[in-house]
Amino acid sequence: MIGGAQGSGVDTSANIFARAAAQGGYHVFGKREYYSNIKGEHSYFQVRVSSKIIRSHVDTVDMLASFDEETVFRHALEVRPDGAIVYDPDLKMKKLEDVPTIEKNVKESLVRRLSQSGLGTTMQDILELARKRGVHLYPIPYMDLLKQVGQKFGESSLSSLSRMTNVMAVASSYALLSFDSSILKDAIMKVFRSKQKVAEMNQAAVDVVYSFVQEKYDGSFGYTLPPIKVNERRIFMRGNVTVGIAKELAGCRLQTYYPITPASDESEYLEAHEVIELDNLPGEPELAEQQTVKNGSIVVVQTEDEIAAITMAIGGGLAGVRSSTSTSGPGFSLMAEGLGWAGMNEVPVVVTLYQRAGPSTGMPTRHEQGDLRFALFTGHGEFPRIVLASGDLEEVFYDTVRAFNYAERYQTPVIHIIDKALANSDTTLPMLDIAKVKIDRGVTITGKYETNNGVEFPRFKQTETGISLRPAVGTKGVVYWLTGDEHDEFGHISEDPTNRVIMMDKRMKKLEVADREIPLSEKVNFFGPEEAKITVLSWGSTKGAILDAIDWLREEGIDVNFLQIRLINPFPTEYVSNVLSRAKKIVDVEMNYSGQLAEVTMEKTCIPIKNKIVKYNGRPMSCEELYHALKSFAEGTAPTRVVLTNGS
Amino acid sequence: MALKLTDLKTNVHNDWCPGCGDFGILNAVQMALAEMNVEPSNVVIVSGIGCSGKMPHYIKTYGVHTLHGRLLPFASGIKIANPNLEVVCVGGDGDGMGIGAGHFVNSGRRNLDMAYIVHDNGVYGLTKGQASPTLKLGMKTKSLPKPNINQAVNPLLLAIASGYTFVARGYAYDVRHLKELIKKAINHKGFAFLDVLQPCPTYNDILTKEYWAGEDNLDPSGKPVPRVYKLEETGYDGVVHENTEEEIERKVAQAVLKSFEFGDRTPIGVFYQNEFTPTYEERLNSRMPTYRTYPPAMQRIARDDGTPLAKVQKLLDELSLT
Repeated sequence: MIGGAQGSGVDTSANIFARAAAQGGYHVFGKREYYSNIKGEHSYFQVRVSSKIIRSHVDTVDMLASFDEETVFRHALEVRPDGAIVYDPDLKMKKLEDVPTIEKNVKESLVRRLSQSGLGTTMQDILELARKRGVHLYPIPYMDLLKQVGQKFGESSLSSLSRMTNVMAVASSYALLSFDSSILKDAIMKVFRSKQKVAEMNQAAVDVVYSFVQEKYDGSFGYTLPPIKVNERRIFMRGNVTVGIAKELAGCRLQTYYPITPASDESEYLEAHEVIELDNLPGEPELAEQQTVKNGSIVVVQTEDEIAAITMAIGGGLAGVRSSTSTSGPGFSLMAEGLGWAGMNEVPVVVTLYQRAGPSTGMPTRHEQGDLRFALFTGHGEFPRIVLASGDLEEVFYDTVRAFNYAERYQTPVIHIIDKALANSDTTLPMLDIAKVKIDRGVTITGKYETNNGVEFPRFKQTETGISLRPAVGTKGVVYWLTGDEHDEFGHISEDPTNRVIMMDKRMKKLEVADREIPLSEKVNFFGPEEAKITVLSWGSTKGAILDAIDWLREEGIDVNFLQIRLINPFPTEYVSNVLSRAKKIVDVEMNYSGQLAEVTMEKTCIPIKNKIVKYNGRPMSCEELYHALKSFAEGTAPTRVVLTNGS
Repeated sequence: MALKLTDLKTNVHNDWCPGCGDFGILNAVQMALAEMNVEPSNVVIVSGIGCSGKMPHYIKTYGVHTLHGRLLPFASGIKIANPNLEVVCVGGDGDGMGIGAGHFVNSGRRNLDMAYIVHDNGVYGLTKGQASPTLKLGMKTKSLPKPNINQAVNPLLLAIASGYTFVARGYAYDVRHLKELIKKAINHKGFAFLDVLQPCPTYNDILTKEYWAGEDNLDPSGKPVPRVYKLEETGYDGVVHENTEEEIERKVAQAVLKSFEFGDRTPIGVFYQNEFTPTYEERLNSRMPTYRTYPPAMQRIARDDGTPLAKVQKLLDELSLT
């Protein structure tokens, strides 16, 4: 774990740490926690590395890299015995009561624990408490070492040198682990690739730290991180970026957004990569028109509000362009009316919904899965919508493309639910396979439409499937109309009762077709043995912690299987009913108060789900707490509702 | 083949009140489009909610009847996706200056190459005559229980302040003059705002057709003096002719002053026009050089077998560890 004040380079240093471990051949899972604040509040980054696949974080800390006193006060007691704390000895006389950003209740609890051990309230006191529990302490005189680096580069300004403290902390941790410093330096080069001098100075800082640690603490920690040979191609991905790349691949060419945490990073990534290189093989006749144009583009528009974001994206959808908007709960609330218009007018549009802790402003930078029911019912009246939820970054990638395919095939809005935990986690993944991706535009028509039936086109013509030919607005040769009013097949207002029934049936029928056509593999995942003591029901980013916890339980001979619902609407009722009716004990696991998926599942299947593990403190589920909770269900000692509370 | 006026008419029953100013605006729009000889499937009329919102259904081009106050972002999405389309926005004063005021302002900042015609009648017609944002303080139109308690917004002033590069006012019953203004608005390079004085015969019994005709505003000889006058007939020139700060400031200041004239002498015509401001499309094109020639709506995204055309492998490789 690495921590520090926001704005002091915590993110950069954690990125370097994680990247270096990943380059060293390790699987990495990184999780970022931060306040809704720009500078000064405490943030931390937890990075878990393993030679085996890992999908979640753990609560205990093996190594705490710090460069401020607040990190030490907050996290020193989370470090397990035999773990290590790297800290700045210059700060050891800093007092707990003088740190303004630590909450009163946290301070009180720390003071209690310190005084129980007869200790005072300085950083040295809390380090002493950790030491008594068996934690190794490694003071690193950052400033002295930085001055050495400064001499080499003729840089004497302390304030500019101190910007490297974060990297010094990372380097110290790696030096203690005897990690290959050249891999670390390579990671630094990659992270600072646009700033040559910064990269070089930081690399020099690594050398200085390594020689200091080797001289002073050589081998004393007892753990090492030797490089591992990897036989597969891996990438190091963050959730927001995963969505961005997938959108470009999917053919999304208009993205709208209003700034909101934790969704905006995706739009910013897209804007930074707005020119899209096209695969334009020479000699392909159907692509002749593109021969002179090597590049396409995605237009990213920062709108005045989320109402404009959704309606502008719908405008793009009308014009035949794959369009989307990304937002979080408060923004999605504003999109309700626009979403209904898209449903009424059968417009393909994708909303990427990054859940965060609500209600209202809630906890803007913290995690929750509280919007499942909201996504199912956003907007007034009844209209078809497809709601899908991804559980990890690999799913996020492929589901993003599918969201656009569903939207065009079924001509209706698609809500793709992810969350803060996925958006802000960095993980190693096997290289994503673009060849697996196919684009399905359904019956979209662009360019020109030839017809002998006059220029007025029946855009909303009744069909067997409810899906009608869809020339984009602007298609030559025809015209038609769209309106949020109930309408006839040409799109003109109609309040005729017979027409109303025809049109409602037509729109809603598309959901039945979607339910029939979408393969089961895109709707659910089932993990573990057919027969198990417990069947876990869940959705979204809890997937990682569940799979890791199940692995631990299996090692103890407790069999748990796991049904992950990915397509929430249309709900895979039949399959879910079959699995759950065979289950010995169903335990619903969700990051919300009420167990929203359990409620939806009960409504759809009429199977009662009494047991729930829920969490709503804004911090993602750790593998351990989930393991303990599931174990208590397996042993029959759990109450029907277990509330998890770990995390700082 | 020249486009005839009848080619632009649908057979949808028009249910506006008899004598509504909207008819004048509808006729002027159809006449303008016919004279411009547009290709109907290249034109999109985008409207909001209210009486004016029904207009697209009466015009045989693409018509998008959107949500209350949201016509501008809908239209912007269409235009950004396909800048080759002629997009004409039509809305009410409540739609644009009330519920959609945020979009009104921010669309001015973008300056997409579209036209926006506002039916300005001072009331919310389709909900039976409540005060709209352009109704003056203290006015009590027919169905208001009490006089209007809010000040009116000045649509022209707001448009200038928001960055619209064409700001004009027309009068619904001077159809020929209005038609010319509509043509100018459509031909203008940039976002054109056209406020149209549109008497609501049912709910606004103050700013009536008779009021604007000056039937109660007689000269010494007893002849009615119309309350609207044409800017161009007074030698007023709202056009920015050279791209200098002085010229722009002068033309803006002049338009701002003019925008306050209302009542017995109400100007109609072009208050301000500046084609030197880059359009949103031009700004996009400066960042994405193929935007104009190959806009989103023209881009192929996949081969016939569904293989995507975007080469994102490079982006993935940037994140690769090996």
